[in-house]
Amino acid sequence: MKISNLHRFVQIAATATVAFGLASIATAQDNDKLVVNGEIEMVTRTAAPSYIDGIDEIISGWNFRTDETQALQMDDFDNSGMLGVDAAQEAWDTVQGPEQKSCATCHGNVSSMVGVRTVMPKYNEEAADLWTLEDYINNCRTERQNVEPWGYTSGPMTNMSALISVQSRGMPMNVAIDGPAAPFWEAGKELYYTRTGVLELSCASCHEQSAGLRIRADHLSQGQINGFPTYRLKNAKLNGIHARFKGCVRDTKAETYKPGGPEFHALELYVASRGNGLSVEGPSVRN
Amino acid sequence: MNFTRRDALVIGAGAATAVLLPIQAFAALSDDAEAAFTGGAATSEGGIELTAPEIAENGNTVPVSVSAPGAVSIIIIAAGNPNPDVCAFNFGPLSGSQFASTRIRLAGTQDVIAIAKMADGSFARAVSTVKVTIGGCGG
Amino acid sequence: MAVGVKPRVKVPKTAAAGDVITIKTLISHKMESGQRKDSDGNKIPRSIINTFTCDFNGQNVMSAELHGAISTNPYFQFEATVPESGEFTFTWLDDDGSIYTDTKSIAVS
Repeated sequence: MKISNLHRFVQIAATATVAFGLASIATAQDNDKLVVNGEIEMVTRTAAPSYIDGIDEIISGWNFRTDETQALQMDDFDNSGMLGVDAAQEAWDTVQGPEQKSCATCHGNVSSMVGVRTVMPKYNEEAADLWTLEDYINNCRTERQNVEPWGYTSGPMTNMSALISVQSRGMPMNVAIDGPAAPFWEAGKELYYTRTGVLELSCASCHEQSAGLRIRADHLSQGQINGFPTYRLKNAKLNGIHARFKGCVRDTKAETYKPGGPEFHALELYVASRGNGLSVEGPSVRN
Repeated sequence: MNFTRRDALVIGAGAATAVLLPIQAFAALSDDAEAAFTGGAATSEGGIELTAPEIAENGNTVPVSVSAPGAVSIIIIAAGNPNPDVCAFNFGPLSGSQFASTRIRLAGTQDVIAIAKMADGSFARAVSTVKVTIGGCGG
Repeated sequence: MAVGVKPRVKVPKTAAAGDVITIKTLISHKMESGQRKDSDGNKIPRSIINTFTCDFNGQNVMSAELHGAISTNPYFQFEATVPESGEFTFTWLDDDGSIYTDTKSIAVS
């Protein structure tokens, strides 16, 4: 099949599923309950926030995966993403740079980061801009530690983002979309529904209108980001939100926006808001 | 005409059904790998359990486990990989069971084979076909 | 030595004599299979962990020979019998000659 037929293919797969496989629709996203380490209970399905038009229920990407993939996230030892968390814990405690500061010098135990992930990205008054978790991390590096910033989607950055996410696991995502964040949210929503690339697909084409259907042999999820950073079986490493956005836009055969750039900042806020109410899962495991 | 869920899966995979056919090209290599372990001795069915997913969402990380009570060693072979050798487990005196679990790479839909060498020198063999899906954007 | 290689091991802290316990191990390693090519079309040489061994108080529990088809960040789960209190030793051998080790103690009552 030619790649240029991909959008038609999604429809074909949808038709085939409707015609022949009602059972497979019912199993595209399951009702399994995600409990990590037998103790952290996650909300993976809940009512969609009132400001979301296209869907009634929001569902974590975890529910779209096979039992085998799901199991990899149910025990921290089976979750290879925890390798990144371990590496970041070392970085957290490592004194460096001319100021001779570690993250712990200012923030103490990383458990002080509890709740931080749930409200990211958020409007930063001082900077008068929308800041992601990565922006806050790099601000600490350049302004407090006086060391080079990490690359936005680099390994150390994504690992640190995972370590901070872990502190909020099980807590509901709760980004603010009003007040000074409103214009960013509106811009993100605009992007979410804008078709891009040769394939002319918007985020919504796949993740709102076609979630649960197949794209080739794979299930499309709702594209929720409550599980990020996510350890992907595909590349066997932790992946950040903007890196995934870039992959999605690239797959529409478009020139992508820049990870860390204003477009993906706005899009991250909007997509995060679509998952308000789902538990922070990072680091999750996906295919 | 009745469609099972599996039929629907195949149809859902669209025209790409070709990817669901086992890879045959490396069969000879796989036979060699088996013979290297058994020395050409006959193998029996039963006495070994191979657990692998029917469908793997990504061939890069496929969880498999093997169990063969009374085995001294167990090998895993991926019949359709360019190099079919995957791993060999050897059980020592303090092993609590002849069980092991790991994660493997599969180049495509294919048979995964496990062969146990028993303490008496006999061999037991199990096969499991794993369909490796070609991901959409996720895979 | 390959950079950033770090083992993780999960062993219960206590057990009764003769108990069979479950052990899980994970080690960060790229496991370059030798099957991939770089952007110039040249084969990337194999660089993997080729052997894993678990011993308890000097006696072998299990060992594994790994090939290029073991996934990135090799993971093993297996079972051990613990006759007495002591120490597990875990060893991973790298193609490049590096040896990574970890130990875990268990108190047997």
